[in-house]
Amino acid sequence: MRFRISLLLFVMAGLVVAFAPLPVPAIAPQERTFQIDAHQFAYSPSELKVNEGDTVIIQLVSSDVVHGIYVDGYDISVEADPGQSAILTFVADKPGSFRFRCNVTCGAMHPFMIGKLTVGPNNWLYRSIGLAALAVLGVTVSRKQKV
Amino acid sequence: MAKIELTRIPFIKNALKSRYPQLAVFIVMLIGYIFAILAGLIGTPVGSHNFSIVFVWIAWWAILILVAVPFFGRGWCAVCPIPLPGEWLQRGAVLSPPDKRPKWLNLRVPKMFRNIWLQNISFLLLALFSSVLLTTPNITGVVLATMLFAAIRLSTVFERRAFCRYLCPVGGFIGLYSQTAPIELRIKDKQVCVTCEGKPCYNGSQAGYGCPWDVFPGGLTKNTYCGLCMECIRTCPHDNIAVNLRPFSADLAKPSTRMDEAFKAFIMLGSAMIYAGILLGPWGILKDAAYNVGTDAWFTYVAAFLAIIFVALPGLFTVGILHTKNTLPLKQRFASLSTALIPLGLMFWVAFSLSFVLTNASYILTALSDPLGLGWNLFGTANATWQPMLTSMLAPAQTLALVGGLIWSARTAQKAAGEVKVSPIPVIVYCFIATCLMLWLLL
Ligand code: SF4
Ligand code: SF4
Ligand code: SF4
Ligand SMILES: [Cu+2]
Repeated sequence: MRFRISLLLFVMAGLVVAFAPLPVPAIAPQERTFQIDAHQFAYSPSELKVNEGDTVIIQLVSSDVVHGIYVDGYDISVEADPGQSAILTFVADKPGSFRFRCNVTCGAMHPFMIGKLTVGPNNWLYRSIGLAALAVLGVTVSRKQKV
Repeated sequence: MAKIELTRIPFIKNALKSRYPQLAVFIVMLIGYIFAILAGLIGTPVGSHNFSIVFVWIAWWAILILVAVPFFGRGWCAVCPIPLPGEWLQRGAVLSPPDKRPKWLNLRVPKMFRNIWLQNISFLLLALFSSVLLTTPNITGVVLATMLFAAIRLSTVFERRAFCRYLCPVGGFIGLYSQTAPIELRIKDKQVCVTCEGKPCYNGSQAGYGCPWDVFPGGLTKNTYCGLCMECIRTCPHDNIAVNLRPFSADLAKPSTRMDEAFKAFIMLGSAMIYAGILLGPWGILKDAAYNVGTDAWFTYVAAFLAIIFVALPGLFTVGILHTKNTLPLKQRFASLSTALIPLGLMFWVAFSLSFVLTNASYILTALSDPLGLGWNLFGTANATWQPMLTSMLAPAQTLALVGGLIWSARTAQKAAGEVKVSPIPVIVYCFIATCLMLWLLL
């Protein structure tokens, strides 16, 4: 019985850690411009950080073959011919961390040509670590109760 | 929890006992495998449009790691085409045993190789070249062909399936993780085996071949080395073999004491983390190092890879369990407690593969219609655009896999620690840290 109750408590705590709304810091949205150089098989810079609500302007410059950029979660993309640049503009209205990746087959390692866009703090990572900690605690406590 | 005997159901029993359903699958698999070799060798050099890359490293890999291994253990080995030509040659038959067996050398594998160290090495060899292997059809074709020929060669020199048991780079980890699966093949009644004359399940009979995997079914306690080939179902004259549905990871309740298996767990855990960082991370310099085989950067990558797997991960683990005071030798505690890393590693691979597979699954449609990248359009899907699938579900699914894996491994750690009578806490902390690292790499 006590085991059931504590299991329930841990599951509820897990739901709180996973889904409880966090206060959104009020930061005035800005316009953020990044010039990204795309070359086989990387972007530089490859990690972008913006705040939620910012307008993001990515100027993609390909320095060898045709490359593109596709942003996971936002499902938007642009392609740039060699030596040319292309512009992708969007409002970063979804918080979290997203991979962006090349969407034009550009050579062997193309499927792994990947960068990372983080909008606001990477809360899902912290929530996941919280869940992991809770899980460890839960397993340890339930064991103590049984013996 | 109780076991449910699946072979009680006549349909399942007959389907497994008959050689024809398996043969039908074998033939399809073998054709697919040979086609993958040819596609790799003569098809387009563009990996994402070549059948060999797309069907081996995306489709097959997804099915293997997300479905076959977690739910069916060595289920893949039951239908794998790689050992077939060699086995048929060795037996001199495709179906039931022939009247006259061909005379091959039929040697026993030397004792020093009767462990999974060679499999650890063959896996690492592929792992170190994986960036090239995963992306270059030629290389994939050559590797697939090499495995086929190595299996044939070993079948003519050694008895039974020496390739599967001791060399196959895939078989090693399938065996390790098959212990977590809710399926097992076991005997029904030990007493029947004790009095069974001739032990045809091991020695073979008119009805079938002695266990190709060189295990005595009567002694099976874990899934690792049973290839689910179903021969013993066919040979046992006392109907004493059962395929059971059972609780997940039942085999891990009795931890292993073997160093080769313990290191396999570290190799797989470490490789999943390294791949997550290199292939899915945003660091171009690491990708370059892993891809440019033979350069200084690549040698550094190799050194770092091996150091993480053989020094850092087992080293930290050892430091962690050093203080779990106990009369058992450290080596034995190390091997037993590393059992906890088996579910953890499996779920690391699941989380890693989810991302890789969902992103690239749309290539399957393209490659289906144009397998060689020659501009064909067999099913009208050759021009399907590349589109990652379920990107918004990915992160929650990965968290679920990793946290679930952590709970699973913490429970396993408690059981293993109970067996060797030490505290499980250091192992659980180790698993927690590894999980946090993996979360950071993937999210
Ligand atoms: S061990 Fe390897 S070659 Fe043998 S059946 Fe399994 S996957 Fe195939
Ligand atoms: S043939 Fe059947 S009864 Fe005889 S030893 Fe093998 S499993 Fe047991
Ligand atoms: S003969 Fe039986 S025990 Fe041996 S590998 Fe085949 S299914 Fe497993
Ligand atoms: Cu590219």
